[in-house]
Amino acid sequence: MNLSVQIGKRTMQNPVTVASGTFGYGAEYARLIDLNQLGAVTVKGIRLNPVLGNPTPRTSETASGMLNAIGLQGPGVDGFIKKYWPFLKSLKVPTIINIWGTTVEEYAEVARRFDALGGVGALELNVSCPNIKAGGAQFGTDCNLLAQVVAACRQVTMLPLITKMSPNVPNIAQLAKAAEDAGSDALAVTNSFPAMAIDIHTRKPKLANITGGLTGPAIKPIAIKLVWEAAKAVKIPIIGMGGIQTADDAIEFLMAGATAVAVGTANFYEPQTPLQVIAGIREFMEQKKISDVRELTGSVQVAKK
Amino acid sequence: MLEQTVTIVANERDTDQYFRLVLHAPQIAPLIQPGQFAHVRILPLKDALLRRPFSIFQATADTFSILYKTVGKGTDVLSRMRAGEELSVIAPLGHGFTVPAAGGETPLLIAGGYGMAAMFLLAQRSPQKGIVFVGGRRRVDILCEKEFTALGWEVRVATEDGSHGEKGLVTQPLLAEIRNFKSQISNLKLFACGPTPMLKAVGKLAEEFNLPAELSMDEHMCCGVGTCLTCVIPVKAGESWEYQRTCTEGPVFDSREIVWEITK
Repeated sequence: MNLSVQIGKRTMQNPVTVASGTFGYGAEYARLIDLNQLGAVTVKGIRLNPVLGNPTPRTSETASGMLNAIGLQGPGVDGFIKKYWPFLKSLKVPTIINIWGTTVEEYAEVARRFDALGGVGALELNVSCPNIKAGGAQFGTDCNLLAQVVAACRQVTMLPLITKMSPNVPNIAQLAKAAEDAGSDALAVTNSFPAMAIDIHTRKPKLANITGGLTGPAIKPIAIKLVWEAAKAVKIPIIGMGGIQTADDAIEFLMAGATAVAVGTANFYEPQTPLQVIAGIREFMEQKKISDVRELTGSVQVAKK
Repeated sequence: MLEQTVTIVANERDTDQYFRLVLHAPQIAPLIQPGQFAHVRILPLKDALLRRPFSIFQATADTFSILYKTVGKGTDVLSRMRAGEELSVIAPLGHGFTVPAAGGETPLLIAGGYGMAAMFLLAQRSPQKGIVFVGGRRRVDILCEKEFTALGWEVRVATEDGSHGEKGLVTQPLLAEIRNFKSQISNLKLFACGPTPMLKAVGKLAEEFNLPAELSMDEHMCCGVGTCLTCVIPVKAGESWEYQRTCTEGPVFDSREIVWEITK
């Protein structure tokens, strides 16, 4: 049975990684799960310099999901390399580093730094964080800007580039195509959905940032549709994500067109989820006599109109 | 830190809205240090997915317990669970209190409401006995007074409505006691757990009298293990400050490290 998949030139031993921002820098979960069983470890977004992050409250539970507006708190490139890279480098599975900037040049500079580091599995270009004022989502909702970010990073590295798409666009197919044409090796679909919640007793927003990103099982059907639409538009592989709690959820993303999947919010409440998803995909393949996980990708049967 | 599915031994009402939950957890119980917490997934909660953090109240060789107040849908559902039912827990978590050394400083413990739960193991394991100051709105908010008395600790009570102990805030009897110590004052150390305004007041007293104070911060939490960055508080870092995680660097912080001007 083959569970391995390709993201650009990188091989994942199985199609399951974790969503950036839900898994810290890997080490935090190493005492609870064996990271070497994952397809890849994806770390929280890094920009060039350290980032303080947003004031609190930063998250709020919602029906079958949660809002977050962390504001990409992080140690910057140097801090990450010093503090977290020695552990990640020791893993047998690839590390996907999520990167961002406030200018095209900053994205490229961060990409160049990680290219020079050596041993990085892939770079995920975060062009879709809804919770920071400058940078982030503005690059992910404009085909031109998106293409510029991808092309600038492509110029400085041969590492696989995964463009993490915003869900907040009228036509994801166009943006997906723009990322592919600019040299992206894969897409990550999707980031969190801009959302808001209000405390009716205090009449204040539940997040200090006022709005945040909705994640968790509540968004899964919307994410499935986005993966399906993006997959029809591009030939490059897609990492599907949005509310995955079980292997069944993951298989749904694969059938919609994803080559791999990422477990996100579920890590926060059930850290065993990624391993349960891997085991469940294997079990499903045995039951259905599927020898290669790649057969599942895009296998949804849609009647031609 | 372990993640385990554990069985409820007992889940009984204490006073009013407070409950005592005892869990059979022979692998977790011996690891517990005073001031640490358990992150609990209340399995019957279906659309509220996140774990709930609770201070660990007591521990035996094979159980640990939690003293909680019903404050929302999570604790409401939890309060209806019965012995024999299961919960998923990740525990013990966090950086707890420093247990006073024998012959060392005299510990003064300050608790507000269910903050009292976080102080019990510290009092039990401290070779040096001291005084516990406990405050709450009403008599029913004063918890486990007898347990502390049984350990040989003196308990001073303050309630806002005056229904038990001194009328007013817990910091009043604390302030009086600190003044009482006079020349022995440098030998005091404060430990506190409760609502943020109380912790802030304790922090101010510690600063005023130049006393060391360890504060257990109560922050909204999500993952409990340091990945999500929900539960951060501003902490001094060199000339400036940074956000540190209540779940990992805390919940217990040295009060001198907290940047109160930036806390909410």
